[in-house]
Amino acid sequence: MTDWLLIAPVLLPVLAAGLSLAVWRSAAAQRLLGTGTLTAVLAVSAVLLVLADRRGPLVLAVGGWPAPAGISLVADRLSALLLVVALAVSLAVLVFAIGQGTAEGDLPRTPFHPAYLLLVAGVALAFLTGDLFNLFVAFELMLASSYVLINLGAGEGRVRAGMTYTITSLLSSLLFLTAIGLIYAATGTVNLADLGDRVPALPEGIRSVLSLLLLIVFGIKAAVVPLHFWLPDSYPTAPAPITAVLAALLTKVGLYAMVRTQTLLFPRSETWTPLLVAAALTLLVGIVGAVAQQDVNRLLSFVLVSHIGFMLFGLSLYTVGGLTGTVLYAVHHIAAQAALFLIAGLVVGWSGTAKLSRLARTAPAPGLLAGLFALAALSLAGIPPLSGFVAKLALLQAGVEQGGAAVLALLAAALLTSLLTLYVMARVWRAAFAAGGERPPAARGRMRGLRLMLGATAGAVLIGVAVAAGAGPLARLSERAAVDLLERSTYQEAVLGDPDRRGG
Amino acid sequence: MRALDLTTALVVGGLFAVGFHLLLQRSLMRLLFGFLVLGHSTNLLVLMAAGPPGDPPITGEGHAPETFADPLPQAMALTAIVITFGVTVLLLALVYRSWRIQGHDEVRDDVEDRRVGEEVLES
Repeated sequence: MTDWLLIAPVLLPVLAAGLSLAVWRSAAAQRLLGTGTLTAVLAVSAVLLVLADRRGPLVLAVGGWPAPAGISLVADRLSALLLVVALAVSLAVLVFAIGQGTAEGDLPRTPFHPAYLLLVAGVALAFLTGDLFNLFVAFELMLASSYVLINLGAGEGRVRAGMTYTITSLLSSLLFLTAIGLIYAATGTVNLADLGDRVPALPEGIRSVLSLLLLIVFGIKAAVVPLHFWLPDSYPTAPAPITAVLAALLTKVGLYAMVRTQTLLFPRSETWTPLLVAAALTLLVGIVGAVAQQDVNRLLSFVLVSHIGFMLFGLSLYTVGGLTGTVLYAVHHIAAQAALFLIAGLVVGWSGTAKLSRLARTAPAPGLLAGLFALAALSLAGIPPLSGFVAKLALLQAGVEQGGAAVLALLAAALLTSLLTLYVMARVWRAAFAAGGERPPAARGRMRGLRLMLGATAGAVLIGVAVAAGAGPLARLSERAAVDLLERSTYQEAVLGDPDRRGG
Repeated sequence: MRALDLTTALVVGGLFAVGFHLLLQRSLMRLLFGFLVLGHSTNLLVLMAAGPPGDPPITGEGHAPETFADPLPQAMALTAIVITFGVTVLLLALVYRSWRIQGHDEVRDDVEDRRVGEEVLES
């Protein structure tokens, strides 16, 4: 029996966080503990992915209570795949943070390591849980650690931005709890697989209300326009590695929760127009916002918001092709967005400013960094043969297959967004990497820990390259995951057992 | 179909209204109170989902299962109370920090937003 493996991605980081607090005097011990734990969990989740792909969803009934009564942890293809990518990226970001020195900071010691490990535990639990209330707990675990991380150091700008972030997230958590209360009142269960049976039996009106409420809750977390306003205000103020990990993981967890609940609880057979409109708005508002920005980090935050729209687009189609595209895009986007924020951190460290106009006057950043930026930026813009192209192609094909005026209009918006992404990235390139500036860079001599930071950034970029290199198998895996999502029965049978023996 | 307790429903509705009103204020202290009130109203809502009150479950005192109160929403509300409590303390610390740094507890506008807006208007 390998089901117990399921608890490892949640339990190991939590235990390590406790240990990490205990050894707070020794930075070396904390570093070793953090990287060691994440490596171990990454290995476990890779095993989970292989097992889930070969044998179907793995299920663990926590505490031995069987499924609708107890809490179950479930790893199917979608959650295991996202877990592997998320952990690989969070490991790279941790190494970067250690190199940069964010991890330890000045005295008094900041609780970076424990908070980071708890964040990873929360992310893992959100991916693996098969229970709606447990999902709420996972979100809280993840968000509470992110409040700590985003407010680290607590200077003036940081507190102001941290406040916005904290209050918005708290509000969405309360709305989530409200939704759980209402769903429980309507169905009498919070187990996702069980809800998959009971929610479709509810009257149409109640179903729509619950569906929209969950959409809003996860829309706030995933920064869907018009619920995105908090993100570009709060993320850029945090240190680079923290921004990178929040941008790469938190929005994707929100998106994962949206995909999971909408496909499992509210099966549809046709395109869902409200989500389609939200996707188009997200694409356009995000990228136009990015064009107006003068600050590298804010610009990247708006690009992040914009590209959430691609994933919503795939979900709104409710076809195997669309969901395949969403899964592929999420995998690609986790890696590319984290890499870009890390590179931005290095550029800001090199030149001492995040303003595009002042970056342009500074001597260009070194060639290696330029190369990494080019890879990540072109991938995000969807230039073949990089990972973004693979994911966008899958989405566009799904859109064309679906047809219809609304879908085609959205396709046009998606293409326009890709072009504007390229334009925005070219602006950053011209300011940071093109020759012309004379002002000497701020980094005097060698930046401390530069090799580690460069290595970690290269690692994050390489994950994206690996996605492109393994595009064939990965696309087939995503397609199998999408088929599972739409069929629903695989997930439900794995959790609840044979439908014939289930008490009707 | 369970009967809905009108008093609780009205209380929950009222608390939600008060909470959201406070949340929309500019003073951080009021924001904090708004969050507290909203937290309570949400917990009450979860408890309401349990249906009408009943006998204590699980204790094994020989009541008929139909008369038991539903224990699951109670467990959920307890978890939520603990979480809200912890986060409220963090929020209070943030409010205090903000007051120490700025000398007042108003929510500040985002400087960068303003600047970008002005630039767009000028050009």
